[in-house]
Formats: sequence, structure tokens, C-alpha cells
Amino acid sequence: MPYLVGVLALQGDVVEHAAALERAGARAIAVKTLADLDRVDALVIPGGESTTVVRLLDRFGLAAPIKSRVRAGMPLWGTCMGMIVAAHDVAGMDQPTLDLIDITVRRNAFGRQNESAEIEMVIPVLGPDPFPAIFIRAPWIERVGPSVELLAERDGHGVMVRQGNVLGTSFHPELTRDHRVHAYFLSMIDDAKQDVGKASSAA
Amino acid sequence: MEEKGTLTVKRGLAQMLKGGVIMDVVTPEQAVIAQEAGAVAVMALERIPAEIRAQGGVARMSSLELIQGIMDAVTIPVMAKVRIGHFAEAQVLQSIGVDYIDESEVLTPADDLYHVDKHAFTTPFVCGARDLGEALRRITEGAAMIRSKGEAGSGNIVEAVRHIRAIKDAISTLTSIPKEELVARARDIGASYELVRDVAETGKLPVVLFCAGGVSTPADAALMMQLGAEGIFVGSGIFKSNDPKKFARAIVDATTHYNDPKIVADACRSLGTADAMPGIDVRKLAESELLSTRGN
Repeated sequence: MPYLVGVLALQGDVVEHAAALERAGARAIAVKTLADLDRVDALVIPGGESTTVVRLLDRFGLAAPIKSRVRAGMPLWGTCMGMIVAAHDVAGMDQPTLDLIDITVRRNAFGRQNESAEIEMVIPVLGPDPFPAIFIRAPWIERVGPSVELLAERDGHGVMVRQGNVLGTSFHPELTRDHRVHAYFLSMIDDAKQDVGKASSAA
Repeated sequence: MEEKGTLTVKRGLAQMLKGGVIMDVVTPEQAVIAQEAGAVAVMALERIPAEIRAQGGVARMSSLELIQGIMDAVTIPVMAKVRIGHFAEAQVLQSIGVDYIDESEVLTPADDLYHVDKHAFTTPFVCGARDLGEALRRITEGAAMIRSKGEAGSGNIVEAVRHIRAIKDAISTLTSIPKEELVARARDIGASYELVRDVAETGKLPVVLFCAGGVSTPADAALMMQLGAEGIFVGSGIFKSNDPKKFARAIVDATTHYNDPKIVADACRSLGTADAMPGIDVRKLAESELLSTRGN
């Protein structure tokens, strides 16, 4: 049975992520409510506007349940806006976040829309072929906590990170036909299931 | 290898705005209110369409001081309008770094024959359309996002409904007719065969489709989203209401949960006794007063 992956659907490029997850071998649903969240094995927070989504997460009571699921081991991947929402904090702003990965992000750090770019990047965890990374008004990762793995950098700034069951990317793999990052995220669900298996056999 | 201003990044920003509300603002303070209410972007302009309609005169690109002040006040994307065909205004907006340029029928057209060649710009463009042919002509010119035109500043949803339905119905027809009819259909609607064939194959436009022109209540937003808009522009509807903060939040909530009538009802209820902008009967406007017929 393929994994059921939710894409948070309060605002942003939801259908692009859902299509890419399905190409990578998962089933995908849009998550708008608690009932949707309860069904999924993992959650993607897509690209969008972080100020909008932070307000809507709070307004519709999804912030606390997402935090408790992720802290209990559910894999989470945030792309661009999603990574900002998942971060510990936002540099230079008092914007609220879910605090699920120990990083400080800087919003729009690579510049406004005119600086948005497509860049071929070698990302070691994805193999030797360059990955077509699409940056749109993108944030960078300014501080990385001790237990966070830095998986990719652009011009000396972190743009892909993982801490256990949480993945963050400044760029948008869902806008490409290359679904290696989506496949990598699905492998994190394998890891999470194994961890749960170990925990229960130890008990 | 680093490439800026590609079709992918231009169309990509619009994809990030989907499911959201873009609000017209005329001051930095309004822009902050819009951002706090959950707007995904703001449209910076000197006069909202209802005022342009009431005051008349030639409506041009807004003052750069105003646009810059709004860009400095918020972290969300800032859009600004240029007159149809006025590529020099567009060059100016690109040079100050606005995130999206709206080549808009709300301003007085500068060219009554041609639109801007939008491929020549790094900054993406959004353009209005009343039907599929118009949408595809704008996309051929380089538009990275389409909005249905509606009738701006009218507070009346009827034209927005007509335009979104026209676009969606024409797309649906293309997906169901035999392939050999596509060339003739492209000729009939004045659009490129390649784009018509793509739309017939995918069942959608190759760029994001928002709705504009006449949205003034949460239920209007829910209606347009259910008719197939991927997001909403609200012009006069928020800051011409008598409680902009409440209207802004309520329209954002209804846009997100457009398919959940209980949440749309909560959004309506949250307005209490606040009044929506006064509307006008579009049928009583003279042909010369219509904005949506500008550009084709």
C-alpha cells in the first residue's frame, strides 16, 4: 500500500506537490482540516505566502495538531514558505512559526521576484546528476542547529536541511519534472516507520 | 548555470499565490492591514477602481514614491499596474523591482491596438481576459498569469461570473471536440494553435487563472473559487467597505474554505452589521464607461 501524503492546502502550490508525490509513487491528498490530517502518513507544507498560512493555521486550529504529530515522528517537508513556517524563527522579524526544525531562516533573502532563478545544483543526497532548483523570492537558512544536517548550499547559504523527520528546501522541486527530492522525502517515511517499529519491539 | 526571468519562475510566483487573495491598496497602512489579514500579495495603486470610475480623467501608472512606500511596508509580493501597451511604464516598474506587473484595463489604455511584449521583461505580467481567446493571446504575448476581467469598481459580480464561465466553458469544449477541429477553433477564437492544442490536452490554461472585478463579499469569493478561479483579486471591495479589516479577513477565510459552506457562513457572520461597498448595475453603465471592453 503506497503511503498517503498530505499537502497542506490552506494556500499555495498544492496540486503541483500532489502530482509530484504521485509521480514519486505515493498517494496524495489535500489537507484542510483535522480529519484530513489524521489520515496521512506524512505532510508537505507547499510554497505560498508564510504570513497568510501562519494566520490560517492558527485561525483553523491546525498549528498545534501538526506540531504534536511531527513531534511524535510524522515526517514533514516544507518548501520555501513551508520551510519558513516549520523553522525555529525568522531572522529580523517576530513572525510566529511552528518551531519544528532548529534553523533560522531569512525571508526573501535571495531578493524580490526579479532575482528569482533556475539553478542546476549538485545535491549529494540525490546522487551525482545536478538538480534543477527553482528559487522564487526564496528564503535562505541563516543558522543551523547542531542536530541539523545541511544538505545543499547556494552561494554559501543553506538551501536544503534535514533534522530527523523534518526536511526543508528553499527551492521548489514540485515545479520540475525531477522528483528525486519527493522520492527522498518518501524514504524519510520508511525511516519513520522503522523507528516506530523499533520503538514498539523495544517496548 | 543560473537563469533569471524564465517562464518557469515568472509563472511560478503566480503558482505560489494560488488559493489566496490579492488586495488593492492605496497606502502603506492599507498594505499592512491587508498583509495582517492574510493577503498573499497587494496591488499598489493611487486610486482604487471605484474612485477612478467616479473621478474620471486619465488613469496612469501610480507614483513611484507610493509604490516604493508600499514595497517597504510589507514582506508579501507587491504588484502594480501599467496602462495597456505602455511598455515604458512597465520598464520603469521593472527597474524599481515590483514583483508583478498588471497590464490593466482599469487604467486608461496607452495603445488601442497592441499590448506590451511581455517576453521582453524579467518581471512577470498578469493580464485580464473576458474569454479564452483573449487569455491565450495574452499568454502568447508573455503573460505569466491571467485574471478574469469582471467589471472593476462595480461591486457587482455578474461580469466576473460571465468571464470565468466563458473561459472555463471554452476550455471544457476544447477537451471534448475531435482533434481535427482544433485548428479551426484556434482561428475562430484568435489564438495560437499550439496553445489551443495544449489546453485541449491538459484541460487547463498553462498559467494560473485568478478572478477579478466585482468581488465584494466572502460569498462572492466562494462563488468564484467554485466556478474554477484559482485565487481572487479584490479591488474596491475591501477598502470601500465600512470595515476593511473584517472584510479582508472574511474574504481570505472564504477563499481558503470556499467549498465548506459552514466556514463561509462564519466568514459572513464575522462581518456583523458591516456593509459591503455599494454596487452599481453594470447594465446601466454606458458602453464608454465599461472598463472590461478595453484591450482585446
